[in-house]
Amino acid sequence: MFIQIFFGYCALMITLSGILAISLRNPVHCVLMVLVLFFHMAGLYLTLNAEFLAAVQIIVYAGAILVLYLFVLFLVSLREELHLDAFIANPWIGRVIAGGLAAALLYVIPAFTLGEKGVWSVEAIKQVTHTKALGQEMYSTYLLPFEIGGLILLVALIGGLALARRDEGATEANAADEATTPLPAQSDHKEAAQ
Amino acid sequence: MIASVAVNWTALEPVLPELLLIGVAVLLIGFDLFLPRQRQLLPWLTVIGCLTALAMVLGARPAIGFGGMLLADGYAMVFKSICLGTVILTTLMSERFCAVINLRQGEYYSLTLLSLVGMLLMAAAGDLMTLYLGLELMALPIYALVGLHKRDGRTSEAAIKYFLMGGFASALLLFGMSLVYGLTGTTEIARIAEEITARQLTANPALLLALGLLLTGFGFKVAAAPFHLWTPDVYEGAPTILTAFMSVAPKAAGFAVFGRVLYLGLPALHDQWGPILAVLALLTMAVGNITALCQQSLKRMLAYSSIAHAGYALLGLLTGTIEGLAAAMTYLVMYLFMNIGAFAVLMLLAAPGRAGESLDDCKGLAARNPMAAALMLVFLFSLTGIPPTGGFIGKFYLLKAAFAAGYTATVVGAVLFSAISAYFYLRVVRYMYMDEPRQTDVLHVSPGMSAALGLCLLGVLGLGVFPGSLLDWTLAALSGM
Repeated sequence: MFIQIFFGYCALMITLSGILAISLRNPVHCVLMVLVLFFHMAGLYLTLNAEFLAAVQIIVYAGAILVLYLFVLFLVSLREELHLDAFIANPWIGRVIAGGLAAALLYVIPAFTLGEKGVWSVEAIKQVTHTKALGQEMYSTYLLPFEIGGLILLVALIGGLALARRDEGATEANAADEATTPLPAQSDHKEAAQ
Repeated sequence: MIASVAVNWTALEPVLPELLLIGVAVLLIGFDLFLPRQRQLLPWLTVIGCLTALAMVLGARPAIGFGGMLLADGYAMVFKSICLGTVILTTLMSERFCAVINLRQGEYYSLTLLSLVGMLLMAAAGDLMTLYLGLELMALPIYALVGLHKRDGRTSEAAIKYFLMGGFASALLLFGMSLVYGLTGTTEIARIAEEITARQLTANPALLLALGLLLTGFGFKVAAAPFHLWTPDVYEGAPTILTAFMSVAPKAAGFAVFGRVLYLGLPALHDQWGPILAVLALLTMAVGNITALCQQSLKRMLAYSSIAHAGYALLGLLTGTIEGLAAAMTYLVMYLFMNIGAFAVLMLLAAPGRAGESLDDCKGLAARNPMAAALMLVFLFSLTGIPPTGGFIGKFYLLKAAFAAGYTATVVGAVLFSAISAYFYLRVVRYMYMDEPRQTDVLHVSPGMSAALGLCLLGVLGLGVFPGSLLDWTLAALSGM
């Protein structure tokens, strides 16, 4: 019972802080909302008996990456808001589609059946400890995805550097463009977190 | 306690081409950093690396690597060859163009190669994890590449739009994948099909929703309507060399994962995804061809035409038959040559300080440079689908496969839209041959460019005259699937 209430609380907070993070005007407030989101993600991991992941979530995401976001925010001047024309002018079309998707997701929940269970049941993990199980799987079964993940970080690094570097003889007109440069690296992590 | 385990190096064999390309990509950055005077060697190093990788891909034995994470089979080989071919051709063309628009070269080649590695992994993905990570590895360098050319305000806007849209599409795709994983308990694509039959999930609404989310995500990646809205702006805003690359390679890789998931993972749901794809294909062809009619920019017109061609390729995919899949793969090979060729001529028109992307710029091209005009004529004929070019044969195979599978209405629509497309392709031909030239400066054709143009011409005409060998190749590649 407690687990269910805790899960409900975390899910609600994640949804709320996620919506606030993209709708608030002040970028610093947005980053703080992402912090709240990260903490509740860690809570979700705890309900899954994944205490190592929960710790990593707090130390790496809430601790390190978020501070990086804040640094970036302070380094680039965001006085002017970047404005792009929407592909579809009427916002209600998007809202209706999003609402429809949410309704469809809620509708299919009763039909959802859980697939076959893997080898790592709670008992199996308790025997070898969570961290060891994670390490073993990561460096054996999931070695290739793990290495690709490393390569993605390299790409983010090279891409970020290439975008942030000023061309020789570049004019000040580029300053506005550079406000957008740290985005790829940042959101890379955001996607990974999801 | 530390247990030492002997590393089995032969396990790396299926990813050797990828490892080689990663090595070349890192080498390119080093070259750019420490030997700035030898920068003109960079494109040639890239080409040699890609050619070696191509030889390795074509010579490799079919293998299953990393416990099913990677399927280096014939299917992967065809798509890997398309992606490698795109990078080879665009790199050959890039040398002078990069100088003209003042693009930073070291990072350009390196990021292209890393993106290529992502595509190769996508083509060979046997597991949803590899598939998704390959997709991100492909997409991230392209986001950066689109924004790399900072002199132009449009490129930053294009990069932002592409990045936001791509991130959103990835999220939808991941949502679909997570539902599939929850329902079947596995991420291995071949096992997903087994679990779906074993658990009788075909009518499960949750699985159908997952299918819908997957189709949406893949639709974004191959720019099928109604998920195409980002395409024209991004293709127009990016440097032309990158547009040529983007309009073929990521699209082919997108089709690779599309086909792999639908044919290997969800064949039991063909009754659902067949009709959905038929509607998407019709819509894509309609949007691409009709909107291309009223474009004043040649580059934007080619962007819409590439949307339309994704619609044609979908025709082969929706059949659910091996013949249809082979036809789609054959068409993508031909599309590689004709589309890159058309973009190559467009790139020839660019001069320092002038983009040369509008329809006016190609007016009187026949008088300025008869050779370039004749080449453009062949590529446009092929894009329209006029014999004896490859485009005609490719479209013929697609229509035949879709007709045999019973999608008569879709085939009729495809023929109609193909006829409409003749108007805007042939309008360019009219401008080239019938109008007076606006500019008189001589076109500069670098050796790499002529090699690329020659290869494209050879591909378009050779495959048009001897099409059987290519179809046999793709069919043979699929025989193991």
